[in-house]
Amino acid sequence: MSLGAMLRCFYGILWRELLRFLHQYTRFVAALVRPLIWLFVFAAGFRSVLGVSIVPPYQTYILYDEYVIPGLVAMILLFNGMQGSLSMVYDRELGSMRVLLTSPMPRWFLLICKLLSSTLLSLAQVYVFLLIAWLYGIKLPPMGYLQVLPALLISGMMLGGLGLLLSSMIKQLENFAGVMNFIIFPMFFTSSALYPLWKVEEASPILRDICGFNPFTYAVELVRFALYGQFESMSALVVTACTIVFVAGAIIAYDPSKGIITRVRAGAPA
Amino acid sequence: MADLAHLPARPSASTPDALAIHGLTHRIGERPVLQDVTFTVPAGRFVVLLGPNGAGKTTLLSLVTRLYSAQQGSIAVFGHDVRKESSAALSSMGVVFQQRAIDPDLTARQNLSYHAALHGLPGRVARARIAAELERTSLVKEADRKIRTLSGGESRRIEIARALLHNPKLLLCDEATVGLDVRSRANIMSDVRGLVRDRGVAVLWATHLIDEVEPDDFVIILHRGKVQRQGRAAEIAGTEGLNDAFRRVTEAAA
Repeated sequence: MSLGAMLRCFYGILWRELLRFLHQYTRFVAALVRPLIWLFVFAAGFRSVLGVSIVPPYQTYILYDEYVIPGLVAMILLFNGMQGSLSMVYDRELGSMRVLLTSPMPRWFLLICKLLSSTLLSLAQVYVFLLIAWLYGIKLPPMGYLQVLPALLISGMMLGGLGLLLSSMIKQLENFAGVMNFIIFPMFFTSSALYPLWKVEEASPILRDICGFNPFTYAVELVRFALYGQFESMSALVVTACTIVFVAGAIIAYDPSKGIITRVRAGAPA
Repeated sequence: MADLAHLPARPSASTPDALAIHGLTHRIGERPVLQDVTFTVPAGRFVVLLGPNGAGKTTLLSLVTRLYSAQQGSIAVFGHDVRKESSAALSSMGVVFQQRAIDPDLTARQNLSYHAALHGLPGRVARARIAAELERTSLVKEADRKIRTLSGGESRRIEIARALLHNPKLLLCDEATVGLDVRSRANIMSDVRGLVRDRGVAVLWATHLIDEVEPDDFVIILHRGKVQRQGRAAEIAGTEGLNDAFRRVTEAAA
């Protein structure tokens, strides 16, 4: 396959994701309402009870509203990554997945296109959220809005890759509720999204260790530092490594000769 | 191997079979779904894969289209092994799945454009082929309607049009007329047979409906994962008729 043909294929997958996204505009609203409620309601309440010390990347005391922004940005990426998994299961039930998988393009390429497309849509939602936060009065360093882009992309790919891997294991659409309970909420709450890790450690060292094992924590920190124009190498390393593992796992899972998807589906075509 | 001596000569001696399946065996768990299946679909021919529900037709087509990987045996599409040269094999075939596989929230044109992109067709070529297919299937007026607003027959015809967008020389149709009324079924049958006649497309038509078979069709009877019989429909039918012959073959294998 030529590079041009592959680019056209990517464009087609991105375009379809965009069309589906526009048709389901409530998904866009829901994706924004969730972090905005946390920002307007939860953060407003916590502002008065939770003090945040001067820890990197912050140079001065900040309000809780500002602290929680990277966590909420990562929350959008997390929910969208899992939404991507839901979309794959939905496609499988509708049969659209077969149309995708019978394309002559390499299967790994098709999955990466799908992943990249949903990540790019997530980024659009993140920037809308950051704009609303800016209008609300949370103004981050101007260059941070640009510098955070690679961090958002790799974090989005990591979470989308996890979603893709999960989608190969979910038999039916109804099972997606389990993903919410067993993946999204634990990942979000056992991370540095809502509280700094030193605060968590004060409350429970074990919980701090759990947060340290959670790849979502590193995605949050990568985004946090990048928003202030700084590079957090450990987070970048963990997020990159997890992205490779999750995406490779998804590619293997969707491979017809090795894939767990064949075993999971027990006979029904993908 | 099937006895194809009675079939007219292939278009060219050097043209490989559109589909060549040899010794195909596949299990799901412990259950054998296909056992030592061997047959060919010559280029430019209409071949019926006839079998009752559960015979293994859909699994067979899933193996041909690489949705699964065959555990044993070989599958070649115009000489391209589907495992080793899957890209070339998949480029050469179009598929109409048994279960509707079309996005109901997109319009017919959008679904067709998406498929064209998945095959890497340049925009200008894709637009021209979509227009031609819509014209051929008399669905120009429905092009910008969402699939969910079309009738079952119309959306099926869109799926057939989609399967032909990348100009495949082999079309796989898995129970393509199931659930449609008599008129829609007749339209689709006539459309697909026209493709063989006018464009030289080879068709593997999987069905359990005997009335879709014509006397000159080459028929492969698949039952319980095995090829029970293959040959010209008229020969299989003999004096008892295809219905009775089919019942006898499948009951004998039960």
